[in-house]
Amino acid sequence: MQFYLRDNILNDDVEKEPIRAGFGRGLKAAGDKDENIVALCADLTESTQMHLFKNAHPNRFIETGIAEQNLVTVAAGLARTGKIPFTSSYAAFSPGRNWEQIRTTACLNEMPVKIIGSHAGISVGPDGATHQMLEDIALMRVLPHMVVIAPGDSIEAEKATQAIAENNSPSYLRLARDKTPIFSTEKSPFEIGKAYVLRKGHDVALFGTGAMTYELLRAAQILADNFAIEAEVVHVPTIKPLDTETLLESARRCGRVVTAEEAQIAGGFGSAVAELLSEQLPMPLKRLGMNDRFGESGQPAQLMDHFGLTGEKMAKQIVQFVQNSYQYHQ
Amino acid sequence: MSGQLTIPQLEKKALAIRRDIISMLEHAGSGHSAGPLGMADIITALFFSILKIDPQNPEWNERDYFILSNGHTVPVVYAAMAERGFFDVTELSTLRQLGSRLQGHPERTKLPGIETTSGPLGEGLSQAAGIAYSLQYLDKNPHRFVYTMLGDGELNEGNIWEAAMFAGKYKLSQLVCFIDRNNIQIDGSTEDVMPLENLRAKWESFGWHVQEIDGHNMESIIESASMGRAISNKPSMVIAHTIPGKGVDFMEYDYKWHGVPPNKEQAKDALKKLRTLNGKITHEGMA
Repeated sequence: MQFYLRDNILNDDVEKEPIRAGFGRGLKAAGDKDENIVALCADLTESTQMHLFKNAHPNRFIETGIAEQNLVTVAAGLARTGKIPFTSSYAAFSPGRNWEQIRTTACLNEMPVKIIGSHAGISVGPDGATHQMLEDIALMRVLPHMVVIAPGDSIEAEKATQAIAENNSPSYLRLARDKTPIFSTEKSPFEIGKAYVLRKGHDVALFGTGAMTYELLRAAQILADNFAIEAEVVHVPTIKPLDTETLLESARRCGRVVTAEEAQIAGGFGSAVAELLSEQLPMPLKRLGMNDRFGESGQPAQLMDHFGLTGEKMAKQIVQFVQNSYQYHQ
Repeated sequence: MSGQLTIPQLEKKALAIRRDIISMLEHAGSGHSAGPLGMADIITALFFSILKIDPQNPEWNERDYFILSNGHTVPVVYAAMAERGFFDVTELSTLRQLGSRLQGHPERTKLPGIETTSGPLGEGLSQAAGIAYSLQYLDKNPHRFVYTMLGDGELNEGNIWEAAMFAGKYKLSQLVCFIDRNNIQIDGSTEDVMPLENLRAKWESFGWHVQEIDGHNMESIIESASMGRAISNKPSMVIAHTIPGKGVDFMEYDYKWHGVPPNKEQAKDALKKLRTLNGKITHEGMA
């Protein structure tokens, strides 16, 4: 399926916007359409961009105060009466603090509670490791019934928000604080459970989730320009359920795989891909992300560079990987 | 519909439910004895007098909600549901067995009539508060109520006090809660493990209307629920003082019976004692 990438996205003047801004617009739009949608926030309404919904639908906005356990369990109660509750906080606290409540009252209870975790990843920046949530993908991915989505940019976040408003399932939406490049367009498709091939290649398949997909596009360009490596780039906004068909097809075509995420690779997106490949199509795999360590304070761009998650830094690692690994052929 | 049962009839129901509890726990070979027996009178009052429910139509859209927050006491709820006609009493013997709808802790998706999945302590009150918020502010339907049962031990949980603040802030007047104040939890007396007193003052300071009752007196239980519904600007808390293991003298007051079932001999003994303990079970004013 054609993705309709924006033009000239690899230029320095690429337009940027925080992914969370798209969530704010998407929630308001979903709320305009369906009056069963309610929004709950734990004292971070503007930060998580829920204020757009609150301003438009004040009677359907509920302030819970700084109480994340209550946030999701009240939401489960609202869902029991037929409402579609969206809950928002920082990912470090929801789902960081209230995992068991999500497990029992949303997942086991099969209530369509929407968990919106903003400020995920190291790109949170100066707030430091306490607030840079890296374990959320692992925490949410392991839960039965839970859908896990990390949109690539603000436009996709808007679509993903509207999609989970209608999927009748507990869902986790992972958002980032800092501005990141917009690479998709209004015409780009978004469907829960679908991955999208953004660039065709045959030497290595690069699977990205969240804003890391953009960095992989940059890495792929560097690989082509400087190393004659043709990398295929696949954008994987839905981490659960994984689009195994698209991923296996790209893996088969390229014979080796690299994953990238702004999260712990243990249990995270890279692990999801490792599970898939090791069971169905074993081949060389390199996982890029945070490797069993916490972040620290700094400017977002500095941190991405420091932890090797920029296009340039990843390109170097991918070259080494390609040079030192065999290429799987069926 | 029921709701018309007399006090002596309700007490007979409570006795039947206690018998069911003993039998099902003995059969299951695991589960909690003290709490369910102690709560039997309140749960009986709820299912046979207080709750607006239809066993033939568990999702009836004008029903009241009942949320069991201390989910480990669910045998008493299963017994009450069976006696009320949600399912056949014979199914009680499947408690905690593979394939049973009667899970060790209540699961909404398994058994129609169970409103939420609960068991991990401290989560029922916020779910109930969410439902009450929806009825009061979103559906604006003042005729439906949410009743919740809390254990006293679970008041150790922080989630409870988050919910207490929330319900107080939004004056959730369609929320009526009971605390099974039996003073025991697994490790011992509640006041030794983590003191709860002054419990009444705590809830009042969170903006709740608080009543204290004898949790074994049918009239008091029914009246307190009626008062809870009448309070129109606050959530309502009923601290129901109960005797853990009520009705079986060798279980009463003993925290060691919190988390264990009776064995075959003990169950036989307990059932015999339940039949003869009229002074404890039967309403004093009635023959």
